[in-house]
Amino acid sequence: MFKIVDKQTVGPNLTQYEIQATRIAQARKPGQFVMVRPNEKSERIPLTVARTDPQAGTITLIVQAVGKTTLQMSQMNQGDSFADVAGPMGQPSHIEKFGTVVVVGGGLGTAVVLPQAIALKEAGNKIISIIGARNKELVILEKQLGQVSDELIVTTDDGSYGNKGFVTDALGELINASDKNVDAVYCAGPVIMMKAVSEVTRPKEIFTVVSLNPIMVDGTGMCGGCRVTIGGETKFACVDGPEFDGHQVDYDELMDRLTTYKNFEQRMLDAYQKTHKCKLQR
Amino acid sequence: MSQEQPVTRKMTAKERMAIERQQMPERDGQQRSKDFEEVNLGLPEKIAILEAQRCLQCKKAACIEGCPVEVDIPGFLKLITEGDFLGAAALMRRDNNLPAVTGRVCPQETQCEEKCVRCKTDAPVAIGWLERFVADYETAHRTGRPTTDATPTGKKVVCVGSGPAGVTCAGELAKLGHDVTVFEAFHIPGGVLVYGIPEFRLPNSIVEDEMENLKSLGVKIETNVLVGRTLTIPQLLEEEGFDAVFIANGAGLPVFMRIAGENLKGVYSANEYLTRTNLMGAYKYPETETPIIVGNRVCVIGGGNVAMDAVRTGKRLGAEESIIVYRRAIEQMPARVEEVHHAEQEGIRFEMLTAPIEILGDEDGWVRAMTCIRMELGEPDASGRRRPIPIEGSEFVIDCDLVIVAVGTGANPLVTQTTPGLKVNKWGYIEADDDLMTSIPGVFAGGDIIRGATTVILAMGDGKNAARSIDAYLSRINGKS
Ligand SMILES: Cc1cc2nc3c(=O)[nH]c(=O)nc-3n(C[C@H](O)[C@H](O)[C@H](O)COP(=O)(O)OP(=O)(O)OC[C@H]3O[C@@H](n4cnc5c(N)ncnc54)[C@H](O)[C@@H]3O)c2cc1C
Ligand SMILES: Cc1cc2nc3c(=O)[nH]c(=O)nc-3n(C[C@H](O)[C@H](O)[C@H](O)COP(=O)(O)OP(=O)(O)OC[C@H]3O[C@@H](n4cnc5c(N)ncnc54)[C@H](O)[C@@H]3O)c2cc1C
Ligand code: SF4
Ligand code: SF4
Ligand code: FES
Repeated sequence: MFKIVDKQTVGPNLTQYEIQATRIAQARKPGQFVMVRPNEKSERIPLTVARTDPQAGTITLIVQAVGKTTLQMSQMNQGDSFADVAGPMGQPSHIEKFGTVVVVGGGLGTAVVLPQAIALKEAGNKIISIIGARNKELVILEKQLGQVSDELIVTTDDGSYGNKGFVTDALGELINASDKNVDAVYCAGPVIMMKAVSEVTRPKEIFTVVSLNPIMVDGTGMCGGCRVTIGGETKFACVDGPEFDGHQVDYDELMDRLTTYKNFEQRMLDAYQKTHKCKLQR
Repeated sequence: MSQEQPVTRKMTAKERMAIERQQMPERDGQQRSKDFEEVNLGLPEKIAILEAQRCLQCKKAACIEGCPVEVDIPGFLKLITEGDFLGAAALMRRDNNLPAVTGRVCPQETQCEEKCVRCKTDAPVAIGWLERFVADYETAHRTGRPTTDATPTGKKVVCVGSGPAGVTCAGELAKLGHDVTVFEAFHIPGGVLVYGIPEFRLPNSIVEDEMENLKSLGVKIETNVLVGRTLTIPQLLEEEGFDAVFIANGAGLPVFMRIAGENLKGVYSANEYLTRTNLMGAYKYPETETPIIVGNRVCVIGGGNVAMDAVRTGKRLGAEESIIVYRRAIEQMPARVEEVHHAEQEGIRFEMLTAPIEILGDEDGWVRAMTCIRMELGEPDASGRRRPIPIEGSEFVIDCDLVIVAVGTGANPLVTQTTPGLKVNKWGYIEADDDLMTSIPGVFAGGDIIRGATTVILAMGDGKNAARSIDAYLSRINGKS
């Protein structure tokens, strides 16, 4: 059992958990994730490790409630335990000294890029961060990302905070600004956003890393459910990724595969909300 | 002891020969193809005794040669005829510590039973069914679990993976007084026995029970540890204080066919399909929460045990038609004969001498059909089986909404990639010497990861031999220090 030692609400439908998981806390490198099974009947779901405290043996997860499993997690309290947390899984982030790196986080993707930004900064890069969200309420980790960034840009779709517009607008401006030399882009967020970002960086062939989020079962490379097409080749995101060269990804296939269980997910969520009288705030 | 004790005097060979092979009581094909309850019901005591009496108690028992772990077959059969079922179980466990498993899943027809002398005249003694009988009898009637009074050696050994190879090795080492830990990546131990082989063939409760036996011997099982990521093998040896390692992580990497349409929605690897069903309990959805796509017309590609398990699972989950698509002939299928027979009874359709060439999708990205080509058999290939050759112009389309790929598995590179100096062959399987030691001193390997996908009993045999070698290795290094 993996105890929840701390739980904080960090935004609408957004919860941060600190979990006792000593072995994982000691082994995990930036970019890796864990497979979590909150209780004996749950699915196994992949969640990025946002931070670790190797001394205390804890890991931090930032989770958006989007369906049954994540909503159920949000109903659990400090002192409760998750049945299983396995990992760390996946390849660690590719970290090197590029020069200037733009880190782009869309929605929850911000939790994925934060540890990358920290590691890239430590490797001697200049960090420019862009956080994108639908509205002001959904901007997360602004302070934490700000701390490691030389420059931080926030965009909201509705203009309720920061620049009005999409992350791609801000990224395009940066790339085209004559005084900035962008050497690499790290991006995580909705698939459609990662696709758009890759299109923005493609003409200038800027090295672009995206973090993919296909449906996973085991996370150990034994089921192939997480397969994605990279440069025409099938890869398993849980062991070969989750980070890949953004210019090589077949995003349309990934988006399509993500809809596989749509009907099941809605049914599960409706049933859960009915019996537990809790709702996702949309 | 049993009430019916027919043998008061020694039976003559003629009397034994006169007894026909008994039948295994099984559930009706129609009925059972709708649920996940076990197919075979097990032999009643009386029938078991009668079947055991068929054994001629050969001086030079050929059957033993057919068994990879050399179970004393005439010995345990004799004890059955005497009604000493617990004694038979104890004798069995000397060579085979998972008899309830092997009795159900060993391919007896190519191992012990194939060698039985009675094959020459009528039918072999039903060794597998009797093995299962004594194991189940023991589970129902035993008092307490196995313990060990071996003196602790102070040596720490770790087994990577809790499949049949890993747990067999762990049990043997514990009996020798070593301090054994098993690390398992999944949340439930048992390997293929729990995530692959379905309930209707091998109930998970049997594997659970064996895990309890193991714990009772003092073995520690820690789940959710992915060796190579959570801890590496060098770390286990250098930081965690283990004196030896046994790698038994199986061959769980699914192989796809690299044909068009394989990433459509509604295409599963057999591993994913069976894992969702067995390990995650998707057959009980929505009581358990992992979903599974239930096809109406399911095509399973392959002809081994894995394919047979998948196609029968498809039927049970509710498919109107569940179809095996295999490129060779039915006699050439590597699956256990009993499984093929059971599949036929359950109404599984067999499209033999057929190979898929493309999976077709609808406008929403779901599988709608599969284009196949007919095959004919040519000259024998390296495996000695006649090679299938496509018949030009014979393409045809099978309508289906679910495709399950069961054409084999490969070695998962996670452990080997993170263990510098560990030698693998060109397919990525770990190389081990006759003592099952790898290129790294103190690191041993066995089961599917050295052989490629094989059988439960061969994996167990490796586990046992590795335990012997590890014990010898540990006393060697002890002597030195
Ligand atoms: C490598 C990786 C890292 C991730 N990191 C985070 C994170 O740090 N924080 C976070 O909130 N979310 C993260 N996710 C997404 C998270 O796994 C899903 O939101 C979660 O599985 C939803 O489960 P649910 O039952 O609540 O919702 P569901 O109702 O099951 O599904 C809602 C959405 O989640 C997707 N999804 C469902 N099951 C899975 C699954 N087993 N694997 C992947 N996606 C699934 C569905 O396609 C759907 O879009 C990550 C995903 C991956 C692959
Ligand atoms: C569906 C199916 C049906 C089969 N039917 C039969 C049959 O009827 N008869 C028969 O004799 N054989 C059958 N087999 C084959 C048989 O099950 C295998 O040969 C046998 O299980 C191999 O045992 P193993 O211990 O080597 O590996 P496995 O049983 O594969 O166990 C390996 C274990 O290691 C774990 N693991 C993997 N990587 C790591 C890691 N890095 N860290 C920690 N743990 C790890 C895995 O999760 C797994 O639990 C079948 C196989 C399948 C898939
Ligand atoms: S272990 Fe398998 S091969 Fe050996 S006697 Fe038992 S059923 Fe036969
Ligand atoms: S070969 Fe057949 S008859 Fe002879 S001992 Fe073995 S099981 Fe009995
Ligand atoms: S999640 Fe199963 S192989 Fe990646």
